[in-house]
Amino acid sequence: MAEITEVPSPFCGIGTDDLTIQVEGVSLKVTKNGCTVNTPAFEQAITDTGPRVDGKKVSLDVAVAKAAALLKDTNQPVIGGCATDVNGMRALLALADRSGAVVDNMNFTNARRNFLALQDSGWINTTLAEVKNRCDLLLVVGVDLEAFAPRFFEHYLWNEESMFLDDTGKREVIYLGKAPSGNASTSPTGQKAQVFECGVADLPEVVAVLRALVKGNPIRVESTGGVAVADLQAIADKLKAAKYSVVTWAAGALTYNQAELTVQTLSEMVKDLNSQNTRSSGLPLAGKEGDQTANQVCGWTTGYPARTRFSRGYPEYDPYLNDANFLLDNGEADALVWVQAFNAGAVPPVTDLPTIVVGRSGMTFEHEPDVFIPVGTPGIDHAGHAYRMDNVVAIRLKKLRDSGLPSTAQVLSAIEQAF
Amino acid sequence: MLIKLTGGMVYDPASGIDGQRQDIYIQDGRIVNKPVGEVQVDHEYDLKGKVVMAGAIDMHTHIGGGKVNIARTLLPEDHRLDPVARTDITRSGCGHAAPSSFVTGYRYAEMGYTTGFEPAVLPANARQAHMEMADIPIMDKGGYIMLGSDDYLLRMMTAKKDQKAINDYVAWTIQAAKGIGIKVVNAGGISAFKFNQRKLDLDEQNSHYGVTPRAILKTLATAVKELGIAHPLHVHGCNLGVPGNMNTTLDTIQGIGGLPMHLTHIQFHSYGAEGDFKFSSGAAQIAEAINKNKNITVDVGQIMFGQTVTASGDNMIQYINHKHASPNKWVTMDIECDAGCGVVPFKYKDQNFVNALQWAIGLETFLLVDDPWRISLTTDHPNGAPFTSYPHLIRLLMDRSFRNDRLSTIHPEAQKMTNLASINREYTLNEIAIMTRAGAAKLIGLKDRGGLSAGNWGDITVYTDNADRQKMFEKPDYVFKDGELVVKDGKVIHTKWGTTHVVKPDFDASVEKDLKKYFDRFLTMKLDNFKISDDEITEDGRGSLTVHPLKGGVA
Repeated sequence: MAEITEVPSPFCGIGTDDLTIQVEGVSLKVTKNGCTVNTPAFEQAITDTGPRVDGKKVSLDVAVAKAAALLKDTNQPVIGGCATDVNGMRALLALADRSGAVVDNMNFTNARRNFLALQDSGWINTTLAEVKNRCDLLLVVGVDLEAFAPRFFEHYLWNEESMFLDDTGKREVIYLGKAPSGNASTSPTGQKAQVFECGVADLPEVVAVLRALVKGNPIRVESTGGVAVADLQAIADKLKAAKYSVVTWAAGALTYNQAELTVQTLSEMVKDLNSQNTRSSGLPLAGKEGDQTANQVCGWTTGYPARTRFSRGYPEYDPYLNDANFLLDNGEADALVWVQAFNAGAVPPVTDLPTIVVGRSGMTFEHEPDVFIPVGTPGIDHAGHAYRMDNVVAIRLKKLRDSGLPSTAQVLSAIEQAF
Repeated sequence: MLIKLTGGMVYDPASGIDGQRQDIYIQDGRIVNKPVGEVQVDHEYDLKGKVVMAGAIDMHTHIGGGKVNIARTLLPEDHRLDPVARTDITRSGCGHAAPSSFVTGYRYAEMGYTTGFEPAVLPANARQAHMEMADIPIMDKGGYIMLGSDDYLLRMMTAKKDQKAINDYVAWTIQAAKGIGIKVVNAGGISAFKFNQRKLDLDEQNSHYGVTPRAILKTLATAVKELGIAHPLHVHGCNLGVPGNMNTTLDTIQGIGGLPMHLTHIQFHSYGAEGDFKFSSGAAQIAEAINKNKNITVDVGQIMFGQTVTASGDNMIQYINHKHASPNKWVTMDIECDAGCGVVPFKYKDQNFVNALQWAIGLETFLLVDDPWRISLTTDHPNGAPFTSYPHLIRLLMDRSFRNDRLSTIHPEAQKMTNLASINREYTLNEIAIMTRAGAAKLIGLKDRGGLSAGNWGDITVYTDNADRQKMFEKPDYVFKDGELVVKDGKVIHTKWGTTHVVKPDFDASVEKDLKKYFDRFLTMKLDNFKISDDEITEDGRGSLTVHPLKGGVA
């Protein structure tokens, strides 16, 4: 039995790298610094050890040849999921380029809310070490932060020491929209977060009023979306008085149409604060299951985020038309490749089209795909790289055990070579 | 495999050869002396009438790292104007201002460039820079590691730690982040901006650390020299773009006290505040100071007219520049108590007085600095213009009547504020070869690149001599990389992977004791997870590391 320390996690998005994991054969046990997201993701047992074609066990070579043959006969394959490490994405994009596929990260419809705001007006953002050492006011908009990342507060707000704050316990936390599900946001000295709840559909209005108040525009109503304007005024005043406020949101939690406008309003509000002689930064929450990794690697390889098609021989980005589900539902796609190396529960959309799944061991399917190739999980079965939520720091994932499972990169490269 | 390049006109300033008909032999990737006796030549290229130079080296080009990828993500509309389709041997991608990694490699190679250095590698983001550069085909690459606004250095300076301790930290960082040089961007200013300081002059203190840019520059320039890092401290000065900043620049040159220092994109730091628009050229004074101070090297950061995007570590200045964003969208970031970045799209216009004068100031600088060994040809890609504008820039430098024709078309008030028309100098082919090859290699300390004598790697570019220098330089007949023919008639015909150039200055291993504690207390990663291992560069079977020697007998 071996014990591996300082293990980085690709699962929680916040880049925790202090896990201790016991390895016995191919079983893993998180013995230190686990959480409800990371522990089950690391400890999940290997069940599938070899590829299947039409439900029958075959060798890797046979599965790869079958996958390549299926893809050769297609006019518009779609590669969905796109949940893997940097090398996996490199191989995925090479295969997409070769086969003229559409590439679509499974979380892109969420991430689109951020990308549309970014590509229309931009933002002022920050990273986790700045939060940890500098943030004196955290405004959490529309998301239950501790459910998203259970160790966020412990790691980045209630740290014992910080570079620039005398007492991290004096930081203020304000929730706007959604209330927290637990007490992680309560400071070690017992100071509770302020919570101003509203329905998720009311967020656009509430956020717009908050920005107006930050800008000093008069508001003539007394409440909006159930939140008193006086309370919003108090939040605006605190944002203006803070030395380094951080405004955080999770695009995935803004579940309504045109939510990109909420992201944009928040980002423009942060800009407004910076033009009023103080500092403020945004912090979009993401980074799960390789979503930032997919967009980063697709970004440098094509110029565009990971909802890009190669069917005309060169990359074309369309945040709406290249949606894998849309293409499948519309009958525009004629094959599906599903790549998901992190989460056995994230199975491909159900389709009658030829389907190739390159997935984490343990996936169960409603319809057995034509080809299923179980692959190793980056950071468990092989080394690799993944991006943290702040999109700046790439963590170096470790190999923890010898499972014999191939990496996503090995499988997709083999399919490309056989193409 | 023995290759012979026969009868070309060779410009190899590294060996003092200024246009001499000469044969070149390449064996196993490297240039060799003429073999003695009867030897079978496997492939001979007849280069009569051709001009032969080493592969060009771009010593300051933003080709990899977080801010470059932000720039890409920000500008889908720019990519759509320049789609690049895949071929049997090349990958698809996009071009223009912030090209995709693969297209970056192809287009550089197609212009005869075989090496490029990313000048703003933040330690916290170094992994990304190397991963992006690993996907740039054909070219060699390397990076300068950014220090000077990182909390660890600044707190060491506040605590008045001795130079030896700082040297250890600098050496540790350059090894951990895998760089070949040290870069400072707006010394202390990126940090100051996080404390809400909106400007920081050379002698102004960072409000938290009480440290001045002048002290940071001196400390880091000393560290670079004492560690034996060949490339001088690479400095993006204070007050970039601010009218009147030439005085800051002159002060910076004086303040460094004779230590080797490279002032990058000097054009952006050579502005006076004279005239009706309170904006004027300081190129003459800056060039005079460069000519006088032999410890100073520069690259220009020429601007060209048209759409581009500026991507910089200087969040303080980029925040101010957002007012000029075109299209109006921009990003700044504070990063890991380590550094920052700012990405602002720009459209330089020849009928805009300031832009027109910036263009002239860059050219004045090229023409007024006497020694081509101490000035490098850059546009600070993509900040002044995309690197694909180099052939046009070379023509501006080599062809006075072309230059004056262009000058006569820019904003009339800008024409009045420049003495460009009165400068007769035309760069020679030898001087171009110095600026883009031998000088750049020497400046970075590349032991076996940038020259054509035996022992150098076979990075070679062959052009057809043409009085239209733009045409000549935009389409080489042949480009060889490590002795392999990669470009023919200006098109990539074969691809390969280049190496990553690094230095490994020594440090006292005990430096990690304090750093480990510091990482645990304040940062978001464990020290051992922060350091980039050699494997990370080489494990995919494409990348390699080339370690270059240190200077002055430093072990």
